[in-house]
Amino acid sequence: MALGARLEKTTKAPGLTLAGELLTLDLCGGVWLAAHRTLIVSDLHLEKGSAYAVRSGQFLPPYDTRETLACLHEAVARFDPACVVALGDSFHDARGPERMEPGDRAMVAALQEGRDWVWIAGNHDHAVTEGVGGRYAETLRIGGLTLRHEPGQDAEEGEIAGHLHPCGKVAMRGRAVRRRCFITDGRRLIMPAFGAYAGGLNVRNPVFEPLFPTGFTAHLLGDGRVFAIGRTMLAKD
Amino acid sequence: MAPTGAGKTLAGFLPSLTALAERPPARTSRGLHTLYISPLKALAVDIARNLEAPIAEMGLAIRVETRTGDTPSHKRTRQIARPPDILLTTPEQLALLIAHREAADLFAGLRCVVLDELHALVTSKRGDLLSLALARLHRLSPGLVAIGLSATVREPDDLRRYLVPQITDDEPPAPLPSAGEGDPRSGSGEGSALSGEVVPSPACSAGTLPREGGRGLADAMADLVVVHGGAPPDLHMLDTGLRLPLAGHTAWQAMPAIYDLIGRHRTVLVFVNTRLQAEYTFQELWRINEESYPIALHHGSLDATQRRRVEAAMAAGQLRAIVCTATLDLGIDWGDVDLVVNIGAPKGASRIMQRIGRANHRMDEPSKAYLVPANRFEMLECQAALDAVEAAAQDTPDARLGAPDVLAQHVLGMACADAFDPLQLYAEIVSAAPYATLSWEDFEAVVDYVATGGYALRAYERFAKIVRGADGLWRVRDARIAQQYRMNVGTIVESAKVKVRLARNVRGKPGAILPKGGRVLGEIEEDFADTLTPGDTFLFAGEVLRFEGLAEDEALATRAGPGTDPAIPSYAGAKFPLSTFLAARVRALIADPSGWDRMPGQVADYLAQQASRSVLPGPTDLLVETFPRAGRYYLTAFPFEGRLAHQTLGMLLTRRLERARMRPLGFAANDYGIAIFMTRDIGERIALEPDFLASLFAEDMLGDDLEAWLDESAMMKRTFRQCAVIAGLIERRYPGQAKTGRQVTISTDLVYDVLKKHQPDHLLLRAARQDAATGLLDVKRLGVMLRRIQGRILHKALTRVSPLSVSVMLEIGREKVYGEGADEILAEAEAQLLEEALG
Repeated sequence: MALGARLEKTTKAPGLTLAGELLTLDLCGGVWLAAHRTLIVSDLHLEKGSAYAVRSGQFLPPYDTRETLACLHEAVARFDPACVVALGDSFHDARGPERMEPGDRAMVAALQEGRDWVWIAGNHDHAVTEGVGGRYAETLRIGGLTLRHEPGQDAEEGEIAGHLHPCGKVAMRGRAVRRRCFITDGRRLIMPAFGAYAGGLNVRNPVFEPLFPTGFTAHLLGDGRVFAIGRTMLAKD
Repeated sequence: MAPTGAGKTLAGFLPSLTALAERPPARTSRGLHTLYISPLKALAVDIARNLEAPIAEMGLAIRVETRTGDTPSHKRTRQIARPPDILLTTPEQLALLIAHREAADLFAGLRCVVLDELHALVTSKRGDLLSLALARLHRLSPGLVAIGLSATVREPDDLRRYLVPQITDDEPPAPLPSAGEGDPRSGSGEGSALSGEVVPSPACSAGTLPREGGRGLADAMADLVVVHGGAPPDLHMLDTGLRLPLAGHTAWQAMPAIYDLIGRHRTVLVFVNTRLQAEYTFQELWRINEESYPIALHHGSLDATQRRRVEAAMAAGQLRAIVCTATLDLGIDWGDVDLVVNIGAPKGASRIMQRIGRANHRMDEPSKAYLVPANRFEMLECQAALDAVEAAAQDTPDARLGAPDVLAQHVLGMACADAFDPLQLYAEIVSAAPYATLSWEDFEAVVDYVATGGYALRAYERFAKIVRGADGLWRVRDARIAQQYRMNVGTIVESAKVKVRLARNVRGKPGAILPKGGRVLGEIEEDFADTLTPGDTFLFAGEVLRFEGLAEDEALATRAGPGTDPAIPSYAGAKFPLSTFLAARVRALIADPSGWDRMPGQVADYLAQQASRSVLPGPTDLLVETFPRAGRYYLTAFPFEGRLAHQTLGMLLTRRLERARMRPLGFAANDYGIAIFMTRDIGERIALEPDFLASLFAEDMLGDDLEAWLDESAMMKRTFRQCAVIAGLIERRYPGQAKTGRQVTISTDLVYDVLKKHQPDHLLLRAARQDAATGLLDVKRLGVMLRRIQGRILHKALTRVSPLSVSVMLEIGREKVYGEGADEILAEAEAQLLEEALG
């Protein structure tokens, strides 16, 4: 394609079929299951900024929680889901909920108003839901799908997981673009991290290999839409 | 102030040596008498050696020691307990010393501080840090004499203010440094054939100072001793008689002539502007090195031990030539250099004079140097530089406004030294020239930042790094915070680098490599390594390498086969923009045909062609040309304001053209101009709308458009990262420190995005904006240019490209082209997937 070729801004997000269920991969980094009116987001890492202040005395801007919640609010307003699933590591650490500012806490409550809200257990925030509403689950089944935080090594078909914060890099003509992404082989899906301060792990990292023995496609979050990128076009860090 | 080679370093020590030799024999403890600060660790070590020799010869009981990052800890401890008479160190080590619990005792008896290469120090954040340390020293030891040693600069008064406490409106005038034992005037300007003059400080005789409204700069200045230059330099432009290209920076035509010069001199320093040029020049010289002269390479990306080896061989007179970048602009006096060759554009008059001064360190003999232009434009620039040198004109930068991030670092350091009273610390800080205009409110904001991050949302009160006690004094919270400060001191933020290791091919298996085993060639910026894909070839450490991949923290590479051309054009290295002063001279040269005969004939031919095919702009005009070419429409403009300002201009113009629906596709920039290409006919648009061009270049470009672009600019993010590291928001990554997977490290880009959205007036964002004005984005210079050209835009609609435009058009494809969004790149990668699926 020629340099600077104009792109059609498409609002139609790519669809994906997993275990017979139709998934919409949204530009915000969430998955929309229209048939179940369910929105899934993963790795919110709320209160990561304040966790740094506690642990290492680094005073990162304490606005990451409200920024993450604002993005979530935008998605919720758009889809109006009957159910929201936070796919684990919703808080950066077990004491995160205690440190939340009252305003942010109210924001969570407002988001939960009138809908089912499920906190899936993560490795950072195992069994933490006190005082933050919603209900708690280790895993969740929706239709043919299994929702859990950490991708299982021998997972059943239809697993949706997070935990790894996948990120894809495209390097071309002396420029590199690195973005959060979904990664899938048609059997399972790993979601990008949703949190404002969450980092990313390159999908070419060996960690991903045993999870996708027959290869994968990454769906990178661009500025205007989601792009499907084949494995051969993805660069290592 | 003296030209290079006048022997000012030793002169700076004379008062101290005299005072120390004359003092009565030591009875008990004698404290630190003199402190010497050098920008380079190696220079401090070298000066110590040079001082020890005369001290030993004269049998003086004077102890001289160095303190650098390499000084072992037992020696550091001893230096505090039993300080030497003279201590030689760097600005970073001084910052650590004044933050030490024992600082007040250590410096109480300090008589003299010597700041070497002051002209180079004051232009950066290191100079800000040093000015704050100096303010502290003046307070700990009233009556301290500060001596600055500097090459000739444009505004010596800036340096004179830097050395002495500035008197502010809120405080009674501080006592001015008295001329006690160690009066700088007693030992200088005498005993040689050189003429010198002493300019006393106006404050010395005037006593009290005139004040202006607000926080005006009071005129407290150090005395000035000027050593006038010796013999004028023997400086020429190298004219090989060959026709030079219109663009390009390699100067390949000149290599045989340069090689010939090397053969006729003892030792030649070959200066270039970028690491890429250094690599190329080194390789070309060796290709024609039939005599096998020892020619070495020296630049900032090479392995440090490799660089030390080159320096040692040079000092020992074992080398005939060194190809080097700005890494050798300062430093050790190379005894035997008898010729300096500067390849490419000189960029600035003062810079070129300092480089020339590296040749021949005897002042009564002329320094010999050649300027080597690499293209026809650089011939103009070389001529402008020759004229400037002849007129002894200087274009060193203006005095800096102290950076807030550096101040934050200093405030934490001062809390580590001792509890501080905010009013007292404020008075001390505004006595440092770069911070003389700092308001109390801004100071309070810095203290608040240091304590809890300076956020409107008071989330970190419980974790405060410094705490105000009931007595009103601020103290550091605990030893861990003090340790954190010590680990993060300094203002030099190296971009993350990866080592380049030579990987070995597996015998009999082409394409397969052994991951380890080869030697390390040096380092490349992580940002550059990020853009490489396996198979890419690039020039490094004097050879063409093939990138094989990244393994852990190293870039593995193999030697490319003979005759391979490097495919990746360049990697980041120092690129100085053309100085405003030289730019004005170049514009004047172009505008005045009567001066053309001083330059090689091909320049006059070229300019005459431009005059007949288009037009020659006047000295203050902005020439804009528009023309169609190969299905696209081009707009070229020639502000001559340097690459950085042009890149910013290109970004902003592209945004405006986008909005005007001209469909810009991208642009390229060099030191002289920019070329923007688009799909709509820009010439036609200008013809239909007479005001279009004037509004395109209107000054309000620096308003909303700039703001919007800054918010997402990668360079702004890089600038922010540097401020965040200096101010201690995020911790430094040390070389060799294991990279802890990107999953857990926090990216400053994410921090930047969140902060600018939720607290756009935060201290660190203000610091980053202040840097952007003069740093990577050169916004300030762009502003001056836009003001200059209002009503002076000279538009020429052409049917084909003009001689001037060719030069910048040739940058397209040679350098990075801007304007390509992330989504365009991703779309192209996506298209490949579709092809695979369909194919």
